[in-house]
Amino acid sequence: MADIQNLKKIATQIRRDILRMVHAQNSGHPGGSLGCADFMTALYFNILDHNPKHFDMDGKNQDIFFLSNGHISPLWYSVLARSGYFELSELSTFRMINSRLQGHPTTHDNLPGVRIASGSLGQGLSVAAGAALSKKLNNDPKIVFSLHGDGELQEGQIWEAAMFAAHHKIDNLISTIDYNGKQIDGPVDEIITLGNLKNKWESFGWNVLEMNGNDMEDVIKIVNHAKTLTGKGKPIMILMKTEMGMGVDFMMGTHKWHGTAPNDEQLQNALSQLEETLGDY
Amino acid sequence: MRKFEYTEKKDTRSGFGAGLYELGKKNKNVVALCADLTGSLKMNPFAEAFPERFFQCGIAEANMMCVAAGLTVGGKIPFAGTFANFATGRVYDQVRQSIAYSGKNVKICASHAGITLGEDGATHQIMEDIGLMKMLPGMAVINPCDFNQTKAATIAIANYEGPVYLRFGRPKVPNFTPENQSFEIGKALLLNEGTDVSIFATGHLVWKSIEAAQVLEQKGISSEIINIHTIKPLDEEAVLTSVSKTKAVVTAEEHLMNGGLGDSMAQLLSRKMPTPLEMVAVNDQFGESGKPEDLMKKYGIDSSNIVKAVETVLKRK
Repeated sequence: MADIQNLKKIATQIRRDILRMVHAQNSGHPGGSLGCADFMTALYFNILDHNPKHFDMDGKNQDIFFLSNGHISPLWYSVLARSGYFELSELSTFRMINSRLQGHPTTHDNLPGVRIASGSLGQGLSVAAGAALSKKLNNDPKIVFSLHGDGELQEGQIWEAAMFAAHHKIDNLISTIDYNGKQIDGPVDEIITLGNLKNKWESFGWNVLEMNGNDMEDVIKIVNHAKTLTGKGKPIMILMKTEMGMGVDFMMGTHKWHGTAPNDEQLQNALSQLEETLGDY
Repeated sequence: MRKFEYTEKKDTRSGFGAGLYELGKKNKNVVALCADLTGSLKMNPFAEAFPERFFQCGIAEANMMCVAAGLTVGGKIPFAGTFANFATGRVYDQVRQSIAYSGKNVKICASHAGITLGEDGATHQIMEDIGLMKMLPGMAVINPCDFNQTKAATIAIANYEGPVYLRFGRPKVPNFTPENQSFEIGKALLLNEGTDVSIFATGHLVWKSIEAAQVLEQKGISSEIINIHTIKPLDEEAVLTSVSKTKAVVTAEEHLMNGGLGDSMAQLLSRKMPTPLEMVAVNDQFGESGKPEDLMKKYGIDSSNIVKAVETVLKRK
């Protein structure tokens, strides 16, 4: 059984990390990072069968994760550090020169936990499909997870990968869409509407689940359910409703905080809404 | 000059197909992907013998490149094959981020490169691909000259850790290098010793350089011929050794002047050994439909162009 209260505490601390990291360099992407904090906490602190202390690129006989929407890197870095992939103190180097914590994640500097560079959108689903095939060839029973933005679905390559994964029956892959309905220029429906995503993914041959990505109990329940659907001939897609900026009242309900850092005053306001549960880095 | 002989003409893409099949037998980690051009790339023997290690990707090259990158996670050695145009320009960002920047052990296998693709015309005749790929940090760029060498190169790159761009072509050309040769990435091959000029050639232009050197010999000009099968990393030592002797350089390639072998050579020599240099390459043009031999003549990359370039460079010595 998952300790929901503990996971919520971790997610709250991770939200503080995100805000402080982005504020420190006055650059980065807090909106989507805050929105996906519950999901990523559930994944790294409950769902994944992984080995943070001994990271290796191949990740054989471990569950592995790919972040395709690389701009929510502050969230990923905080989750990786707090789950033991590297020292917490390294979070203070985010986006600084000579740091392993690049603006967008990279394997270039051997940061434990990262297996592909991402940032240019639309590539991660193909990468995850390839890694899942690799696991099958290795008779490795573990699962590949990936996370994508909803705006990212405007990239044509996503749909190439969607066809590929279904055609090759890549059923050890659980992908998730951060369905927050917002992108840099505004609401997704006003930029390029995605239509009925559930129908789209189903018609592409995927098993589709829906969940509330800001409800820890629902996340644990649905992702565990997704795991039971692996090995049945179809890739699995979770459409995860989230609120961009979740946890900070003035960052919610707008696309404005997609890629904008809070100023000193805004940071203090935001942090006052999020209890320091595990100690700041 | 020494004698060069061949028993038959064969296409370099078939050398790739033969090499890939050999690899399939020897190395279980070798996997192959293709974007609906399995026959054109001669990948069928691999696909039929090792169906569990062959992934048909359909007409979706961007996805294919990134699936290949993903397959390396877990230790696979993916050979992703399509036409050179679709293996480079069409998927540049995928190759840049998911393969080159990510340092993935993917072998990008590009057939029908250059103008000798022929009748399909300029949409498919990429002559910018060497430049595109050599600009990517960490990407090795290899352009072997005949069937035997392409086969050997295909086998060799499986043992090299890191991203590789392997370029080959469609037409049947003289197969004159030794069968079962060993292939060393980044090691230029001295084909003929000479004293008046160094001809550095890559791909299909290596044989054209041999033909040109035979004509030049009749005119009393002694040509050193060096096969630069690896454009990156360039064998600087071999280049400088030859150039310090001949003090005149001609480069020959089936590529645009911008970004090709000649461009790499000029960059090296202007820094380390300024020397008169002439380039046999296509000058800032797209190609067109036609027979390969006719196109090579029209676009200035035939053996007669190498002869002229040598005569020009010798006057500048």
